[in-house]
This record gives sequence, structure tokens and C-alpha cells, in this order.
Amino acid sequence: MIFTLHIWRQKSPQVEGNFSTYTINDIDGDTSFLEMLDQLNEQLIHQDEDCIVFDYDCREGICGACSLVINGYPHGEKTATTTCQLYMREYKNETELWIEPWRASSFPVLKDLTVDRSAFDRIIQSGGYVSVHTGSAPEANNILVKKNTADEAFSAAECIGCGACVAVCPNASATLFVAAKISHLDLLPQGKIETTERAHNMTQQMEVEGFGSCSNHRHCERVCPKGISLQNITRMNNILG
Amino acid sequence: MSILNAKEPIGPLEMRWKKHLFDLALVAPQNRNKHKIIVIGTGLAGASLCATLGEAGYRVSSFCFQDSPRRAHSIAAQGGINATKNYQNDGDSVWRLFYDTIKGGDFRARESNVYRLAELSANIIDQAVAQGVPFAREYSGYLVNRSFGGTQVSRTFYARGQTGQQLLLGAYGAMSRQVESGQVTHHSRTEMLEIITIDSKARGVVVRDLVSGELSTHLADCVVLCTGGYSNAYYLSTNAKGCNTSATWRAFKQGAYFANPGFTQIHPTCIPPTGENQSKLTLMSESLRNDGRIWAPKNKADCEKNPKDIKEEDRDYFLERMYPAFSNLVPRDVASRTVKYICDEGYGVGVKIHNQRLGVYLDFSNVIEKIGLEAVEEKYGNLFEMYERITDENPYETPMKIYPAPHYSMGGLWVDYNLMTTLDGLFAAGEANFSDHGANRLGASALMQGLADGYFILPQTIANYLARNTFDDIDENHDQVQAALSSVKNRIDQLMQAPDAQHSPEYFHQKLGKVLWESCGMSREKGKLEQAIVELNDLKREFWQKIKVTGIDKDLNQTLERAGRVADFIELGELMCKDALKREESCGAHAREEYLSSAGEAKRDDENFSFVSAWEYHKESAKLHEEHLHFEFIKPTVRNYK
Repeated sequence: MIFTLHIWRQKSPQVEGNFSTYTINDIDGDTSFLEMLDQLNEQLIHQDEDCIVFDYDCREGICGACSLVINGYPHGEKTATTTCQLYMREYKNETELWIEPWRASSFPVLKDLTVDRSAFDRIIQSGGYVSVHTGSAPEANNILVKKNTADEAFSAAECIGCGACVAVCPNASATLFVAAKISHLDLLPQGKIETTERAHNMTQQMEVEGFGSCSNHRHCERVCPKGISLQNITRMNNILG
Repeated sequence: MSILNAKEPIGPLEMRWKKHLFDLALVAPQNRNKHKIIVIGTGLAGASLCATLGEAGYRVSSFCFQDSPRRAHSIAAQGGINATKNYQNDGDSVWRLFYDTIKGGDFRARESNVYRLAELSANIIDQAVAQGVPFAREYSGYLVNRSFGGTQVSRTFYARGQTGQQLLLGAYGAMSRQVESGQVTHHSRTEMLEIITIDSKARGVVVRDLVSGELSTHLADCVVLCTGGYSNAYYLSTNAKGCNTSATWRAFKQGAYFANPGFTQIHPTCIPPTGENQSKLTLMSESLRNDGRIWAPKNKADCEKNPKDIKEEDRDYFLERMYPAFSNLVPRDVASRTVKYICDEGYGVGVKIHNQRLGVYLDFSNVIEKIGLEAVEEKYGNLFEMYERITDENPYETPMKIYPAPHYSMGGLWVDYNLMTTLDGLFAAGEANFSDHGANRLGASALMQGLADGYFILPQTIANYLARNTFDDIDENHDQVQAALSSVKNRIDQLMQAPDAQHSPEYFHQKLGKVLWESCGMSREKGKLEQAIVELNDLKREFWQKIKVTGIDKDLNQTLERAGRVADFIELGELMCKDALKREESCGAHAREEYLSSAGEAKRDDENFSFVSAWEYHKESAKLHEEHLHFEFIKPTVRNYK
């Protein structure tokens, strides 16, 4: 297959970026989206050009590093998928693809398609954990957890922290990310004790980082590669009162 | 010959760690803030260590090359974590986990270390549950267990197919709490490029800020490497693309011995490669072998057929046939070699690459019939989804295709019982050390080891080191600090300005991978290994002549990052081959063709090779030291899974 790629190139956070257009040939349907970019980068090295920078690591949809907006959709149009798990068989031959970084002022572009998501780390640091000391934990089966509750907590905990929810949100809100962590820990007896304080601290940090507020557009749920549910936002709002 | 002192305690096995803990010196709470510790890598071992050292009151500086500690490759572990809770009342015990691990490692690990690991396993589960790790539960609210490859008890705890992710998020949360408290200063997108050694002690590191390209030095009282394994030496592996050996390799060149580099594990259940431009292979959790049945066609003519059209009597359930006691649950090395054997004999299925079909079926039709689609979905839903996403085939209807892929490195930096390397003040934890898995690692034990090292072992042994040593004040103007910095600068310059720059890092990495996969993969042979060593020497020379890095070094430059890592992988690859060549026996994952029984099973040679090989760096050629293993409690037997 052949693709025309319009890729966002930006040298650094301070300078303006723009789209550069490339053509790539001989792409097999079983090639992943990132493998296609790998091949393009090999061409660029061959032509003595600086490679296109993009984040990736595990390439199996779990680390949350990859982050591309493809034709307007974070992680591409296919639902419940990270960019690294997107295969070129999803696209028709000779399609034009517009590839951009996450766009949000709280995620400044570092270079090309790579953004700084350390704001997410700082939100977790503000309270996204159970305050337990190593060594002081009781026997694991002493506190029982209903299976349905544990399953629900797991579903919230599946968030990979990629930031697609922010990238798609008209307000660049991180509410789904924050709500998922608050929900996960609120559902479990181990996390319940600190739940109110945690919710306040994390949402406050979200504001400090400059993320917008949630105004119920619900695009976040649709693009989340892990299918994190909006119910988590409802639960968070109930905790915040 | 051996100058290695493992510092193992003596006496009854079950008392060793307890006694050792009492013998270790302590640092009083009010003095801990005076000590600074550098931790490289923030996977399970690193994050759990940062959390624990931070809350104890030490000052910690941590570094990871990812953009967040939460993305370390521990996150990709799917299947589970072992612990000797014996919740299932099926005869499990600390002793049995110890025994299984020693036997699984084919009697090439240290008894004291492995026993301690088994002892600490139960505590890890308590810790993780308290952190809010959402392990699978029964309807009664109790924790669920399942069985896993190489064992006959159910001792594996899991969180659907994302156990590594959930455990890492627990450790990352605990670490984040210490970042908030100010005890841990963390640096993401920062790669360690050199160890700073002063008066024969590790006292700091040189790092590169991967965004700005700036180099800086960081000094401390000791340094801990939690930097994972080196399976990416094979180019195609199940490891994340960023996983590399650079930190451990720099340590090796600074005097830390590298142990058992040839012990690498090839995981049996991965999605087969589909073409030549593939960048990595994806693992399907070994837990699938609990319920899936592995088979290949009995007749070569059927290899091209749709599996649905192959009659039951024409299917060869070869693991069940060859290993009736453990059948589909034989250890990883046995399963991998058998699958390779079947494909080499021409019974493989799937796409033809280089004229061979590399794949066998992993079939769930029996279990779906037995327990129902919903129950199977509950257990394996997300793994099936992942498989379908990659292959475009639905495993509920069509059997999966699997083939082995490099997955884990049992080898790593040599450490003593305190997890300290041969370089004073340099510790290694998790997959970065060689400590617990011998010649083969059992499933669900990597997460256990990483967390045991980070939460429970190192915080105690590091305190002992800090209490028993004095630390002169040093600053960045120290000669050794400046020397380390300029050696890193020189190396970057060489990468940026090769005399005859022609080829990308990927070009060299693929070449390296091919040599290692052919000669130092699932089976090894003297002639091929000798040839590989020559080829890798040539490749190394060619690399430094022809490596091409575009862009500039004072910038975010992923090509430069890759080039540096590939350079280290090439050197490590040579040591892997040397180690495999030197070990003239088969044991665990190390299968030398000359030392296999006619049935293809490993023939171990305890008389001559019951040792850990520990390689010391020398400019011309690495020198081998042997740490002889003493089995006081378990008599080495032939590992028989029939």
C-alpha cells in the first residue's frame, strides 16, 4: 500500500511547527502504524534528515507511551486501541493521513509528535495512592472485597495514562484520567479511608496544571483505548459532593 | 580461581535471612536523611525501592528513560505473581516454591537467595493488596489463584491479564507519595550513560537529559541499577522497544562482573512474526497454557489448511504426547524447544518466512465447551482481544497461532546475597541481576523477584552498606567525575561523527539480532557460537565506522539514543556467545546441541558446570570467574517433566 503522510514537525516547544508531507510505499496491511513511521524514519536517515520524534515503548497497548492524533482522532479512528496496536489494514490504499501530537496547553510539545505529560505524574503525586508503608500491610485475605466491586475497581485501574482523553476534549480536561484513579481507590476498602481528601487534592492539582473542566462532551470515553467509563466521573463528583 | 564471595549466611535455610537481617547494621532514623541513594530504572524493582527508601527517610534520586515511571516494562507482564499463601490448600509451602524455582532453574541458582525469595513472596501480596492492587477475587471476596507453567499447585495471583501493570501502578503510587513528600527526586526522560567510580566505590552517574541532550553528573553514597533485562539484543523480542543493556553494560565496564549472560529465556507463547519489517513480537500470557491445548498437524499436507478442516485424529497434541505428567504446562524452555523442533521438522503452520512456517496452534475449543464461553472470556478476555487486534483472527473461533520469542534474561550483573555487585556501592535488582532464576525462569516469578528485591531486601542491605562505610565529600570537580563526563562526551561524538556514516542503528541491530537468534537462541552449538563471535567482532568494527545518526546531539534525538544502545548490545552479544560457548552442557534454557539426549532433553553436567559464570571486563577479552554452587538442601536431579 501507499500512503501520503502529513506529519507535524516542530523543532522545540518555543518555535512554531508545521505539517511536512511524505510519501511512503510498500506498506503491508500487517504493519503497525508505528512500524510504518519506523520505515519512514529509516528513509529520513538515508536522506540525511533528522528523524520524526514520537513516543512509543511497549508496542502492545499497555505502557501508554504512544500518542498520535490521526486524522483528528487520538490513537486513530478505531475504538479501544492505542496507536501502537493500530494496523495499516485499517486504512484503504492511498489514503492521506494527518498525524499530529496531543494538543493541550498542559501537554506542551517537546518536539514533533512528542509532548510532555509530566502533569499527569504530578496529579498522581498529589494523592493518587493509598498511604501505606512498606511492611505494615495486614494479611491479604483479612479484608474481603466483593468480586463485582473488585472487577469495577479493576476496570477503573486499567487507565494507562496516555492522555487521549485530554487530547480529544474541547476543554483539554483531564477529568476522566483523574476520576479513574479516584474511583479505582474509592471502590476498594483499602483506599476508601482517604477518598475525600484524595479527590480534593487530585482535582485541585488538575486545575493547577491548567487542565480545563468537564462539560460533559463525553468524547473522552469514546477515544479511551482502555474503555474507561464515564461512570467514574459520576462517582468522583459524588465524592466531591 | 574464584575470588567471588557470595556472603551467604550459613545454618538452617529457613533461618538464614532472619539471622542475616539481625546481623545487618542499621542506620538510625535521624541519620538517614544524610545519605543519598541513586536509583536507575523505575520498574517494579526500582519504584518499590524508591518508595521504601523514601519512606524510611533516605534522600533518593531516581531516573528513567521513559516519560513517566509508570511506563517501565514491568507493566507488560500479563499472567501473574507467585506467592506461597497456600490459600488453595494444595500442599504449597515456602519450601515447595523454593524447590520449584531451584528445579525450574535447572540447579544453577543459589539456594540461599532462592529460599529468601520464596519466604518473602507472601508478604508481597499483602503489600500489593494494601496499596489497592485489584487482584481477581472469588464471589466470596477472597483472592483467586491459578496454576502456572512448571508447577503443580495454584499459587499465582493475577489481575486479569494485566498483573504487571497493576503491581507497577501500586509501586508507582507508593513512589509518587515519596516524590510528593520530597524524599524522592525523580527525573524522567533521562538516561544513565556512565557510573562514576571513586576509590573503587560507585559514587554517582552521568546522565543525559533526553529532551535537551544535556549531560549532567549526580553524586551519592551508592547507586542501584534496576534497569531490566537484555532480551532486545535479539532485536525481535517481547521486550518494550526501549529496553536496553546500557546501564548494566557500563557497570560491567566499570568492574561489576556480568553473570551467566548466555542464560536467556525464549518464551513459548508469542504471536508468530508475519513479515520482515516487524519491530517487535507480542507475548501471549503463559496462563493460556492452563486451558489451551497446543497442537500441530500430524500430516505435513495439512499445514496449509484451515485448522477447522483438520480432523481431531489428524492433530498431534505433541506436548501431551511427549510429557504426559505436565503436558501443556511444561516449563518454558521445554515448551519452546519442542515447538521449534516441531516447526523445524516441517509441521509448522501460518505464514511462510524464509521458506518455513513458524507457528503451532493453541486451541481453546475444549475449554470453551467445558466451562462455557463466558467463563473463558472472564479469564482471558483481554488477551483474546489483544490477539485479535494484532492478527485479525478471533481465537474464540479459530485456534491461536504461537511461536517462541526472546522474553527474559536470567543472566545479569553478578550480585552477592546483599544484591551488591563486585563494584562496591553498586547494587543491582530485578531482572538486571542474575540472582534467582538460574538457567531458566518459571512463570509468574519475575514480578515476585523485582518486588522482593525492592520492597524487602535492598532497603535492609543498603542500610548495612551505608552504616559500615564512610563517605568522603565529593563534588563535580573531582577528577573521576570529570573523567566519566568526558568519556560520555567522547562516545557521543563518535556516534555522531562516524568516519564513513552509512547505516542506521536499526540496520546494525537487525544484523546483531539475526546472529544471536541463529547461534545463541533456543539451541546453541560450538561451531556456530565460534562463528558468531567472529561475526560480532566484525560487526562492532563496522558499527563504529559506519553508524549514521542524523540530527544533533543537543536535542531530543531518538536515533542517537538507539545508536548508543545498539553499540552496547553488540558487545554484550559477544559475551553472550562466549558464555554459551564456555558452558559445555545443556541446562535450563541453555541448550547446547552437543549435550542433548536423543529425545531432545537437556543433559546437565553437574560435575563440571555447577557454577555461576561471572565475567570480568578486560579490554582485550573478558575473564571468567566461577562461583561454585553448593546444594546443601536439594539434591540436583535430572529435571524430568514427563
